[in-house]
Amino acid sequence: MASIDIRNVRKNFGIVSVLHGVDLAIKNGEFVVLVGPSGCGKSTLLRMIAGLEEVTEGEIRIDGIRVNERAPKDRDIAMVFQSYALYPHMNVAENMSYGLRIRKAAREKITAAVSNAARKLELQPLLARRPKALSGGQRQRVAMGRAIVRQPKAFLFDEPLSNLDARLREQMRAEIKKLHRDLGATSIYVTHDQIEAMTLADRIVAMHGGVVQQVGSPLELYDRPANLFVASFIGSPAMNFLSARYEVSGETAGARLPDGTLIALSSAYQLEEGAAVTLGLRPEHVEMSPASEGSLRATVDLIEPTGFGIILHLGLHGLPFNVFTLDRAALTAGPTVTVAFPPQHLHLFDETGKRAASLQKGKG
Amino acid sequence: MNRYSTFGTALHRLAILCYVVFALFPLFWLLKVSVTPNDLLYSEGVRMWPSRMSFEHFRFVLAHSAFPVFFRNSMIVAGATAVIVTLLASLSGYALSRFTFRGKYWLVALMLLTQMFPLVMLVAPIFKMLSPLGLTNSLTGLVIVYTAFNIPFATFLMQSFFDGIPKELEEAAKIDGATQFMAFRQIVLPLTLPGIAATLGFVFTAAWSELLFALMLISGNSAATFPVGLLTFVSKFSVDFGQMMAAGVLALIPACLFFLFIQRYLVQGLTAGAVKG
Repeated sequence: MASIDIRNVRKNFGIVSVLHGVDLAIKNGEFVVLVGPSGCGKSTLLRMIAGLEEVTEGEIRIDGIRVNERAPKDRDIAMVFQSYALYPHMNVAENMSYGLRIRKAAREKITAAVSNAARKLELQPLLARRPKALSGGQRQRVAMGRAIVRQPKAFLFDEPLSNLDARLREQMRAEIKKLHRDLGATSIYVTHDQIEAMTLADRIVAMHGGVVQQVGSPLELYDRPANLFVASFIGSPAMNFLSARYEVSGETAGARLPDGTLIALSSAYQLEEGAAVTLGLRPEHVEMSPASEGSLRATVDLIEPTGFGIILHLGLHGLPFNVFTLDRAALTAGPTVTVAFPPQHLHLFDETGKRAASLQKGKG
Repeated sequence: MNRYSTFGTALHRLAILCYVVFALFPLFWLLKVSVTPNDLLYSEGVRMWPSRMSFEHFRFVLAHSAFPVFFRNSMIVAGATAVIVTLLASLSGYALSRFTFRGKYWLVALMLLTQMFPLVMLVAPIFKMLSPLGLTNSLTGLVIVYTAFNIPFATFLMQSFFDGIPKELEEAAKIDGATQFMAFRQIVLPLTLPGIAATLGFVFTAAWSELLFALMLISGNSAATFPVGLLTFVSKFSVDFGQMMAAGVLALIPACLFFLFIQRYLVQGLTAGAVKG
């Protein structure tokens, strides 16, 4: 097991800059998830840690030792690929033992390691099969088995579940979590699926445009997103946003919507009077209530029952606005509904998209 | 299966049958003429099989003509060309498929360009170049020329096979502890065997049946290859069809054996299951 330090790492492909200086310290045994939309540089960062891409600038250290110039084979890490990348001409046992065989490990040690990993992943009956005779989930397991037999310093996962169907993905997600709990290995996991990120991570690193947007525990990112990008990316259905102007009178602060409605805020913020702001509110935090002060009328565009709850697609002054509710009465909602914004759940972002700082301690 | 798809299948099979007959008929005719005795060749009219079979042409070709020499020469030239070209094309095809390097675009363009000339244009300059080097009338000269002309296409062929092998397999091997060369030898090469077999087969047959350069660069029987040798059956006053066809049938044997030998590698699908798909 090892710690991984990433210091001001940059990556250029020719004249295209993909990573603009990433700093990240991963503790021994930690499960870190890099999450972000396609092209945000998360896979590139992972490949740089693996040694499959050169580091243009900056430094990567594994267990305190600089590895920039080391070949992948000398970094003692294991990687699980999205495409599994199993060797098609080798059977499952040979696939799993390749790394040990190439390192000339003793035969007894190889057999023990393979059967140990196979038992953990329930692969024993499949050891003699070739990859093409396996299902997607089984291939995925073999890929993980290949990673764990070597007992490397760290595991790297590059969207390992993206090729599986929804049900299998859920199952494998739980298995990966269990595996991490059992092995306690330092793991870096790349995904564009925020549910995977939320459920697996000790810490999430949200990336966008080659820049780290926020690092924190899953609930930190959910409760206190650092900027509009994180706010919109984490959470499903996604957060609602409304443009407004910041107003303050004495102790009470509010956000004035373009139609004149004043939405009350729970505290004052470090913002100029009249500053343009964006209000954020998660669909699950919207209250559907009888008309009151600060509530708004919205038209119902679409009702989506998910079984567990109901997603209402509303139009608020012509802008899309979603509500998630467990109340089945929403299924029969009329052409319009009244929505209210509980102040304690409101997120406020300034003109630049950053989370506005609250003047009240512990708020923001 | 409904009636429509049965009909469709039948039509499909019929089309394949027509094609196979069309493709194989000349070979059948070759065989037929080679076993037809001389006295029946012109007297029987057009028949699918002669009324009397004889192997006298084969006996003559093997015992009394220079054909065994031609055959040996062809084996040497085609075999050497196939091995050298496949070896070089594997390396260059791998480089084109996996690496980016300066001048790659121009190199590919140049290789394509060489494929655009009619070979006839090049016969004279090549003769002029090889002659002072003592490489005319020599098998080595032929091997060099054939190798040069086959490498571009073979490179593109090999490149396409390498392109078909996911890069992740090599990356996985490297992370597992392999060097670039080990990953090439232990992972990529075994998966490229069908490609190597196809390239070997293609180059071998191309060199085996090449006539133009062999005719221009070789004079005399000692270094002649079999296609040139076939022309010796054409004399000023007649063409000895029976012997020529017998020689042709014999010349088919190595090509057939060769493909029989490599056909198990030609079967595709070895990479199935490597990655999602």
